[in-house]
Amino acid sequence: MPTEIVVPVSPPSEAVVGKTGLWRVFRPVIHKDKCVKCWTCALYCMEDVIDEGPDGYPTIDYEFCKGCGICANECPTKAIEMVPEVRE
Amino acid sequence: MIQREEARGKWDIITGNHAVAHAARLARVKVVPAYPITPQTTIVEYIADFIARGEMDAEYIRVESEHSAMASAIGAAAVGARTFTATASQGLLLMHEVLHWAVGARLPIGMAVVNRAVGPPWSIHVDHQDAISQRDTGWMIMFVSSNQEALDSVLMMYKVAEDDRVLLPFMVCLDGFVLSHTYQPVHIPDQGDVDAFLPEYKPKHWIMDPEDPITYGNLVMPDQDYMEMRWSIHESMIEAKSVIKEVSAEFRDRFGRFHGDLVWKYRADDADVVIVTTGTLASEAEEAVDVLREKGENVGLLKIRSYRPFPTEDVVGVADGRKLLVVIDRSISFGQGGPLATDIRSALFTYGVDTPVVGFVTGLGGRDITYEDIAKMVAIAREKASARELRPVEWYKLKKG
Amino acid sequence: MAKTVMDLAKGPKYVLPGTAACPGCGAQIALKWVLKALEGRTIFVIPACCTSVIQGPYPKSAFKFPVFNMAFAAAAATASGIARGLKTQGKTGVTVVAWAGDGGTYDIGIQALSGAAERNEDILYICYDNEAYMNTGIQRSGATPPGAWTKTTPRGKAEMKKNMALIVASHGVPYVATASIGYPADFLKKLEKALNMRGFRYIQVFAPCPTGWNFPVDKTIEVAKLGVETYVWPLFEVERGRLRITMRPKRKPLKEYTKLQKRFRHLTDEQIEELEKAFLARWEALEKLEAQGTIFV
Repeated sequence: MPTEIVVPVSPPSEAVVGKTGLWRVFRPVIHKDKCVKCWTCALYCMEDVIDEGPDGYPTIDYEFCKGCGICANECPTKAIEMVPEVRE
Repeated sequence: MIQREEARGKWDIITGNHAVAHAARLARVKVVPAYPITPQTTIVEYIADFIARGEMDAEYIRVESEHSAMASAIGAAAVGARTFTATASQGLLLMHEVLHWAVGARLPIGMAVVNRAVGPPWSIHVDHQDAISQRDTGWMIMFVSSNQEALDSVLMMYKVAEDDRVLLPFMVCLDGFVLSHTYQPVHIPDQGDVDAFLPEYKPKHWIMDPEDPITYGNLVMPDQDYMEMRWSIHESMIEAKSVIKEVSAEFRDRFGRFHGDLVWKYRADDADVVIVTTGTLASEAEEAVDVLREKGENVGLLKIRSYRPFPTEDVVGVADGRKLLVVIDRSISFGQGGPLATDIRSALFTYGVDTPVVGFVTGLGGRDITYEDIAKMVAIAREKASARELRPVEWYKLKKG
Repeated sequence: MAKTVMDLAKGPKYVLPGTAACPGCGAQIALKWVLKALEGRTIFVIPACCTSVIQGPYPKSAFKFPVFNMAFAAAAATASGIARGLKTQGKTGVTVVAWAGDGGTYDIGIQALSGAAERNEDILYICYDNEAYMNTGIQRSGATPPGAWTKTTPRGKAEMKKNMALIVASHGVPYVATASIGYPADFLKKLEKALNMRGFRYIQVFAPCPTGWNFPVDKTIEVAKLGVETYVWPLFEVERGRLRITMRPKRKPLKEYTKLQKRFRHLTDEQIEELEKAFLARWEALEKLEAQGTIFV
């Protein structure tokens, strides 16, 4: 009978440690009136969760955003505000 | 060895190292990480020569250590190249960590190990401690007794290792200086015949490829498949026993040479006393058997070719009904005894075979053991057995005690 | 493959969201950019380091590119084997990358790195330097700067940081560069240069670690910039043996860098001055080397 070869091989996947958005204590909120679409936030985002939204502005995937605040710290027009994360 | 007329290929009088280098060339290995260590060095030198003369088409990586030799072999095999390296003693020990990696990655890497005692103190002469120390890694470990067997075994073991049922790396062990540097007549098979026997390596189970990105080897938690992966390795080792038998039979049919498969039996079928040993001690033992038979003693030899996977069934089958097994180890598991003797006693007990076993440890650091010594060991063993003095270890030719 | 910094901000994702990286992880930012520059046409060897764990556990992986996880000391050797294995099969257009932390580069990995560099293996070695063995919980490495607290240097490390980039440059390899995630354009330029060359290429990227250096998690990029501006992490490249400083910022006092990081909190003003002198001495040595022309032969 052929042996089953079990190998430690993993295909790529999102959410490998779950929905990391649950880690957040603060969440970034983009104020579009101040945003100049320079994409600095998307450049520096460590989790690559900032993409172009349908309205052409950066949009954050809150399922995975870890709330580090780098985007807010680096935004040249201070268009991103870190607000306390509130959960039920 | 059984042999018939070979139609093709050529005869030459060469050392064991040269024979192994020929095998790597004939197997069309594609990547050879090379690092020197006595008594293996001429293997990689011969290979460098083959490549320089255009007789072998392979990438030669002049690595900076044996740990890197095995690591680069793993890298090459992970992208689908048939890979070969060689080492001995300290080099094999240095590789130990990555030997485990080759197995866990299920990569059929080939390696020649020229058995040499381990330091300290320095010794360049033969014993089997280096290979035996890799017992639990999951590498297939084969011991040979002649230069021809060394060449043939490298070819056979690539076929075994790359089989879908196995996918494990292998080492072919040959005694340092006794085989590596000793000239013997060797038949070097024809390349076309080897190509027909050993097709190109085409891995199917996994491979590094940007077109189909996967991650190999990331963390496995206890409730996930770590234990199943280990089980799979063990199962493949067990399965390898039948594959080794199949391939040895195929080799015999194609090349006309048979060195045994997991074991080699010499005048054992009607023997009362069976000597069990490995490496060149086995060829010495054949002489001892003949000498003792001349004297009217019913002695035979069971040579262990495959140390891992251990030939439990063959050993038990031969041992059953005998008066005595005389096991000769050229290495030791300190605090327990000879590794072969330990495995044999375990096998016999598991299958309810109560043939007495006298286990000798001898020949360490290259201490010369001839057929006369083996005949003496048989005599000593008979005494011990009849006096019911069966101990874990009998030291032979020790200068103390 | 001319890319701009905008390509690092957008495009397909190779590091898929939901990784195990700490919030604010500098290493993951560097990794994200490298993969976007490579467009995934790569095979990575990752020795034991933070990135080994960032991938997440089997049976899934956060990485959408081929990754071979390997033993700690062996990154460069394994990458060498992969490069040669691809070569024998005529497979081109795939960049083989050894991606290691400072531990796996400066310390346990240095032998394999040196061997691969001396052989001029066709690989790109990227060391992301977070200045300690972070994956095992913040122990000092040869890359830890003097004065820094770690769990094995609770009173601050005594020894100077190994000048690893110059060590590699001394092997006479085609390309060596330092980079910082505070300066993505400079980093990208160096990556592009490296990707258009063959032979052994080495990039050492400054990847601040909020967890290990103890600074607020939103300041990673700020710290990465300050490291360059205070001359702690000079940005230079060595191309075919010729050293060139690629950024000459107006120097800021070291205190602006150390005051942000609690790993330097215990240092007295005198000690910070000592440290500043040490880094300045390194900078001055770099300027002297630059003036020598082709010196790493």
